Amino acid sequence: MEKFNTFKGIAAPFNILNVDTDKIIPKQFLTTIKRTGLGKHVFDEMRYKKDGSENPNFVLNQKPYDKSNILIAGDNFGCGSSREHAPWALKDFGIKCIISTSFADIFFNNSFKNGLLPIMVTKDERDVLLEDAKDKENPEIEIDLENQEIRRPNGGKIKFKIDPFRKKCLLEGLDDIGLTELHENKIKSFEESRSTKHPWL
Amino acid sequence: MYKTLYDKIWQSHLINEQDDGTSLIYIDRHLVHEVTSPQAFEGLRLSNRKVNSPKRTLAVADHNVPTLDRELGIKEEDSRIQVEELDKNVEEFQIPYFNMNDTRQGIVHVIGPEQGFTQPGMTIVCGDSHTATHGAFGSLAFGIGTSEVEHVLATQTLIQKKAMNMLINITGNIDKIVTSKDLILYIIGKIGTAGGTGCVIEYSGNALREMSMESRMTICNMSIEAGARAGMIAPDDVTFNYLYEKPMAPKNEDWDKALNWWKTLPSDSGANFDKIVDIDAAKVTQTITWGTSPEEIVSIDGTVPNPDKISDEVKQNKIKRSIEYMGLTPGQKISDVEINTVFIGSCTNSRIEDIRSAAEIIKGKKVSTNVKALVVPGSGLVKKQAEEEGLDVIFKHAGFEWREPGCSMCLAMNSDKLNEGDRCASTSNRNFEGRQGKGGRTHLVSPEIAAASAITGKLTDPRNVT
Repeated sequence: MEKFNTFKGIAAPFNILNVDTDKIIPKQFLTTIKRTGLGKHVFDEMRYKKDGSENPNFVLNQKPYDKSNILIAGDNFGCGSSREHAPWALKDFGIKCIISTSFADIFFNNSFKNGLLPIMVTKDERDVLLEDAKDKENPEIEIDLENQEIRRPNGGKIKFKIDPFRKKCLLEGLDDIGLTELHENKIKSFEESRSTKHPWL
Repeated sequence: MYKTLYDKIWQSHLINEQDDGTSLIYIDRHLVHEVTSPQAFEGLRLSNRKVNSPKRTLAVADHNVPTLDRELGIKEEDSRIQVEELDKNVEEFQIPYFNMNDTRQGIVHVIGPEQGFTQPGMTIVCGDSHTATHGAFGSLAFGIGTSEVEHVLATQTLIQKKAMNMLINITGNIDKIVTSKDLILYIIGKIGTAGGTGCVIEYSGNALREMSMESRMTICNMSIEAGARAGMIAPDDVTFNYLYEKPMAPKNEDWDKALNWWKTLPSDSGANFDKIVDIDAAKVTQTITWGTSPEEIVSIDGTVPNPDKISDEVKQNKIKRSIEYMGLTPGQKISDVEINTVFIGSCTNSRIEDIRSAAEIIKGKKVSTNVKALVVPGSGLVKKQAEEEGLDVIFKHAGFEWREPGCSMCLAMNSDKLNEGDRCASTSNRNFEGRQGKGGRTHLVSPEIAAASAITGKLTDPRNVT
């Protein structure tokens, strides 16, 4: 996985409640056997009109948000199915960070595995960032994972919390499977004692 | 120290725990299907890894498979490639597999329990959010993403943090007409689609003890719709009787050993829950959804809500949007709403009990001329059982289509889908915009309401069909 470095990017205001993974990437695009190429389909139903042309009212079709790297999102972002196609599609579009008050569990997990940082902030903080993002002239905010800080366009700072293990994995671009394999002996002895105690498992 | 069912399973699967609580847990069973696995197998190949424990893995194609003319193969190229990819991967990595033409093939969450692959006290995962279904057996079962599918294939473990314990306690007795589908929709309406976020829910109460395994699975299945990582119900004699002599259940001496262990699993009285929600069973009515989120519920005798009465602007906008998408009007009686499609199927309600209940209502009646109605059994074995009982004949006589097993119109990845503006009474689990087909409108209902609605062509209380 690529290392997650501090970056400055355009933040799009995306204050929709309960954005589900069907909305992020509808099922007709799940037949792929690859991880890449889904960016053009992200938010398909909101993004395109029936004739396939872009819906000018959709925020990610408007300048400067068509180049967004950050979403300032509504509560409970990513609810619904476990499809990892949702973070793949967001990432492929260029989104590297989503800021909201809450995320659905599986989406939250899946994001970290793909170098997409979901940040949880309070409602007030989210609302402030939404206002920042709405300023089309100056919608850039900076995400500093190392210092756990969001830097607003006006220079203001918002601190955020993150699980230390997940932070380390993102910063260093670590592969989960490789890390787990370091525990190989523990896994083996666990399996052995389990087969003695519960042979049917 | 008193422990919950979840605490007990968690602790007995813990391999390693870091200071910050990040844990490595052992996974007993892994179900694999064609949509969320190809990238995981590709990852294994690229890193030259093997599948750690093929015998703890079971694969099946369910999301993409056709429910008509299966012998002709899959028409849609992308879907066919995905299923062929699974065929190839299970062969290469030597994973047990029920292919599309195997009688045991079916929806991954129907076949696991049916085969006895699912058992109490286990950790069970699958790259599908409705894995929560298996929690009905007193196991810890949850959905994972493709990277985690690869992680489990490679190591038979997962990196996790322990979730909170949440208890949903159903007090009192449930009206006979109320089904487990009504109950879980009512619960989601109460706690909301984020009500269980960060939690594993344990459902308890006498009402559950009287329920069959099929009904319990319907409840646990939709835990994810309440945002919970998993849902569970403590195992009891109903669970044990269901599992006894299932093909993959423990046998002979192992059965006795397993049974003794399973009986120790229920939460200790006095165990601590981080959140407790009491549900008064007497208040639960026949519940369906009116909107585009599983929390947007209404009693079958109720009306569409009025958004002007909601003060929170974001919520008000969401409800307005739902009403607009669903083509309804505030205050409209839900039983006046006309439907043109009925879908009986999905991992929520496609088991033999669901098919029997629907057949009971359909018997001797005809599907309304305006309605296209289909039954998609959850597995080949459910289909076979139903046919032995003559239920297929009842459905066919009534004008229902009797299909081959699969996920079908629940998520419309195959050719079973709604067209723009179609309105469906569906026994599935998600009513998101476009879920059953672009522009399609979904009302989540019990099999009984689906059957009654097929006859009248409107969302209908089964008691009004005589």
